[in-house]
Amino acid sequence: MDLGRLTEINPWCYALTLLPGEARAPVRLYADAQLLRGMDAKVLEQIANVARLPGLVGAAMTMPDAHWGYGFPIGGVAAFDAEAGGIISAGGVGFDISCGIRCLRTNLDLPTIAPRLQRLADLLFRAIPAGVGGEGQIKLSPGELDAVMRGGAQWALRHGYGVAADLEYIEERGCVAGAAPAEVSDLAKRRQRGEMGTLGSGNHYLEIQVVERIFDAAAAEAYGIAEGQVLVAIHCGSRGLGHQVGTDYLVTLAKAAGRLGIRLPERELACAPIKSPEGRQYLGAMNAAINIALANRQILTHLARAAFAEVLPGAALETLYDVSHNTCKAETHVVDGKPRLLHVHRKGATRAFGPGHAALPERYRGVGQPVIIGGSMGTGSWILAGNPQEQNSAFASASHGAGRAMSRHQALRRWNGRELIHELAANGILIRTRSMRGAAEEAPGAYKDVDLVAEATEQAGLARRVALLRPKACVKG
Amino acid sequence: MNEPIAYFEHDADMGIVGRGKCIEEAFEQAATAVFAMMTDVAHVRPQASVAIEFEEADVELALVTWLNLLLGQARSRALIFGRFQLRRDGAPPKVGDRRSGPPEEVGTFPSRGIETSGAHWSGTAAGEPWHAGLERGVEVKGATLTGLAVSERDGIWEARCVVDV
Repeated sequence: MDLGRLTEINPWCYALTLLPGEARAPVRLYADAQLLRGMDAKVLEQIANVARLPGLVGAAMTMPDAHWGYGFPIGGVAAFDAEAGGIISAGGVGFDISCGIRCLRTNLDLPTIAPRLQRLADLLFRAIPAGVGGEGQIKLSPGELDAVMRGGAQWALRHGYGVAADLEYIEERGCVAGAAPAEVSDLAKRRQRGEMGTLGSGNHYLEIQVVERIFDAAAAEAYGIAEGQVLVAIHCGSRGLGHQVGTDYLVTLAKAAGRLGIRLPERELACAPIKSPEGRQYLGAMNAAINIALANRQILTHLARAAFAEVLPGAALETLYDVSHNTCKAETHVVDGKPRLLHVHRKGATRAFGPGHAALPERYRGVGQPVIIGGSMGTGSWILAGNPQEQNSAFASASHGAGRAMSRHQALRRWNGRELIHELAANGILIRTRSMRGAAEEAPGAYKDVDLVAEATEQAGLARRVALLRPKACVKG
Repeated sequence: MNEPIAYFEHDADMGIVGRGKCIEEAFEQAATAVFAMMTDVAHVRPQASVAIEFEEADVELALVTWLNLLLGQARSRALIFGRFQLRRDGAPPKVGDRRSGPPEEVGTFPSRGIETSGAHWSGTAAGEPWHAGLERGVEVKGATLTGLAVSERDGIWEARCVVDV
């Protein structure tokens, strides 16, 4: 990205300079100059287009891990007020609705699992359906699927997947309100038939990690983590149902925008007013898909626990937190000193509530929400803690991942999946996957430096670093 | 003529291109480009066939709809497709006229009270259930409106868009 059109607000936040006659809301890019230079120019173009959408409140923003997406950039954050004609956009949420990370803390340390890591990785690989064409064991009737869309992780718990304490540490206690299964197409429902309890493909994973370093002792204590402790991260989303809701409504909203006379800078920003019939329908369908994702990660948690119990009897896996990073959520934020109900789009961005927020579980209320930045399979991941609103001016949002440094196509040309897996094994990281192509596309070198992203997230005031995690074994989709 | 299928760069996802002597052929090749990301389509046996039908006057939205219906049908039936055929009836679509027409609804999506009219597309996709002998690539979630274009040059039609991986 050329920084020529940017004005430095501080070394970790830049504004897009308004051209003479240009009509749009402010644009803020949270990152340092190094990260910004590494971003595709399309990031700037896309977020500037978002700033032209109706009903935007405050600035259209990108997080430090931003990269070129569709419609919104990935790492894009934008809040809209329904009462001011604000819109909802399928491209502002993404196809993998409520894709997110469930982090589990264990009562294990590295020396305990090291001798059993191979067996554990093999067993997890067998237990967790992963990759393209992978089907789960759970087949739901149409009525049951409707119940999942309404109940989310709470449905999963009622059916024996997990323990009650899990719900406390999932956003919205595992179930968002406002789900409308009737607004989900039959094809979307059919597409989910074999996909409950599956991991998916691409950048999705189930990873065994070890805490390498603690940066914030108080937050780490609240989160129940210490150096040397083993964690498990599950990264996946709403599977086929969410993908189909996204694709169905992309076209529906594109047509609604035309019908309602919304001038879109780019067609890919397909959207409709939140209060329009199409906007309400998408909101209901999207909420149904969010609940599917929450149920899916709950089922995968259960499967992971069963695999650990077989290899390491006595292993306890507790939910540290479950946070989604492809959503549009109705939240109250203070704007110009007044509380306003906003629909906050986070496309590849994590919610990051600060200390004292009423939505946080009691245990974390003193330190803020766990923010999980998933890295590549060869480098590391981070846990951060949400900051107060005085520090985070991005509607309580933060980074969600490392962000890609090169395209999948480039990565395919540069790496061989099989060789990469051998290299990682030599470095003590076990990879289990059915897709050598997928492994090559997900090569650690294809991602930005996750440490720089975490540092920029902290320096920009979005969240503060709590713990650095290193991968030990990874089941890839 | 350029290769019938090709790919173009996109940070997180993948751009696909299908080319042919008519729009339908370009769309068929675009479908091949999508499914070739998931497996080696040359090894997919045409054991099962699925009919695809939709209404769409806007040729670019027709490409996205075609690809997304194929992806939806494949996933809902646990199939991988390797061969595609598409036919278009009705008024020829107008490239570059996408914003001028009345809003249309895609026939196979649930009705949302919007009138359906315009070009009728019908096709088939053939493939087989996933099995251990098939190479596993990456799952394609859906076709997007990003990088979306359908154009003709020197008698060759080209259909392209970014697909979400």
